[in-house]
Amino acid sequence: MSPPAIEVHNLTVAYGQKPVLWDIDVSIPSGNLVAIVGPNGAGKSTLLKAVLGLIPATNGFVKALNREVSDVRKEIGYVPQRETVDWDFPVSVLDVVEMGRYGRIGWLKRPSKRDREVALSCLEQVGMSGFAKRQISQLSGGQQQRVFLARALAQEPEIYLMDEPFAGVDAATEQTIIEILRNLRSNGKTIIAVHHDLQTISDYFDWVAMLNLHLVAAGPITEAYTPENLQKTYGGRLTILDQVAEAIRTGLPRSRQDATTEAS
Amino acid sequence: MSTHWLDTLVASNTLLVIAATALLGISCGVIGTFTVLRGRSLIGDALAHAALPGICVSYLVFQQRSFGLLFVGAVFFALLGVWCIHFIRNKTRLKEDAAIAITLSSFFGLGIVLSRIIQNQPLGNRAGLDDFIFGKAASIVSRDVLSIALVSLVIVLVILVLFKEFKVLCFDREFAFSQGLPIRALDMTLMTLVCLCTVAALPAVGVVLVSALLIIPPVTARLFTSKLESMIIFAGALGLLAALCGTILSAVLPGPDNGVSRGFSTGPLIVLSCTLFFVIALICSPEHGLTRRLWKWIRRR
Repeated sequence: MSPPAIEVHNLTVAYGQKPVLWDIDVSIPSGNLVAIVGPNGAGKSTLLKAVLGLIPATNGFVKALNREVSDVRKEIGYVPQRETVDWDFPVSVLDVVEMGRYGRIGWLKRPSKRDREVALSCLEQVGMSGFAKRQISQLSGGQQQRVFLARALAQEPEIYLMDEPFAGVDAATEQTIIEILRNLRSNGKTIIAVHHDLQTISDYFDWVAMLNLHLVAAGPITEAYTPENLQKTYGGRLTILDQVAEAIRTGLPRSRQDATTEAS
Repeated sequence: MSTHWLDTLVASNTLLVIAATALLGISCGVIGTFTVLRGRSLIGDALAHAALPGICVSYLVFQQRSFGLLFVGAVFFALLGVWCIHFIRNKTRLKEDAAIAITLSSFFGLGIVLSRIIQNQPLGNRAGLDDFIFGKAASIVSRDVLSIALVSLVIVLVILVLFKEFKVLCFDREFAFSQGLPIRALDMTLMTLVCLCTVAALPAVGVVLVSALLIIPPVTARLFTSKLESMIIFAGALGLLAALCGTILSAVLPGPDNGVSRGFSTGPLIVLSCTLFFVIALICSPEHGLTRRLWKWIRRR
């Protein structure tokens, strides 16, 4: 059996005095499409960043593919929220995708012909081969997201950490992205994505980690993604969840429950 | 002005000054491109102000106005200034702009106090440390030009070697980290280059104006290009052009004469040349220019 993609042991992260992740303990098996869900401020993005080492852990440790994360950086592709960069930066789409190769190229070298070819084929995969020479400020939100995905693909990693890959993209782009992710999974890659749309979780993902400061539940969707766990994850914070609980208790149809939960 | 303006230019010192400001124009434009894109335009300003007490301390300790010694003191204090800004930003709730303002004004205040102490010493007013505040390119000697050339060479070489690393650092710092790049060390390298460049420019353009050379040429270049490579080259070229214009104007313009100094200082004229190019770019830029917008507006009517 292949080692777990990511192992998180007793991870606690704090900004100043305020803990944002508390004693997280989870082992994510390889070859899955994993959703991280939880309310705003639950620490979802922080978890990704702590796994990468971008934010220092107060306590606990993280392993990837049974090794130190710093030893396997090439095998971990990161897709940050697209608002985190200045899209007026003077680079072309191809330049950005090529950045996914920088970890492999090494010091003192320029991207080779092969690096360029890989970058172009990744752009093609996300359906943007016609945009290679375009300046990035001319892209729409969905196109920006696809460029970021292409950059991670160009890295050819084993594990993908994605922060809200579907945020603010249209239905067509969402379909393109999910097909790429499914394709990656069938090639044995592991994809871990922060996801907000509770309605599509069961459809898109096969593993879930539910987070609200603590880890509420983690496991295959069929086992972990239950109304009780949803209630525990989101419960108490928003009144609308009482209505969800009520709906679950009175046995409203499943689709209606999902819709209500999503509205929260 | 009985002499022909060409004679003025060929006067030995003027050529030295031109060489020095030209080199500074290029290196400020090149390194400034990265600081502007890194969202740190004002860091050069803070560095320049932070360097002033360094120059004074150096003079107080060694009692001589040698470029090398003053340079080392200035770079040390400039780096100390960077460290202060980082410290205030990371350990308090203050934002970077406040941290820059605090550091800049405190160091500058200290520098002014120290320079008064130096002026009260015997021979103190021969130190000419006041020249560092507004710059006095005319006092440049050939050894200074060599040092400036060396600094420029270092800047250009390091940028050539670390080009792709600086590019990804400025665009997406966290992604650069995820690629295994040592982002702290890269940031420090970039800041050190800015320090070297700023401090090298101090004698010629002065503490107050040097940040203009780091900011205006890059933003002007950005108006004309959307490629990082060409933005760097444009910014360097614009810095060079502004330095030439400013220096030549300063040499040939008949300015006020108060018996002590004559004519206009070089620094301000270089900065004003930068500004002129910026305004022209703002009007004529193909993508972002005002002319284009006006034309669109007229056509819509």
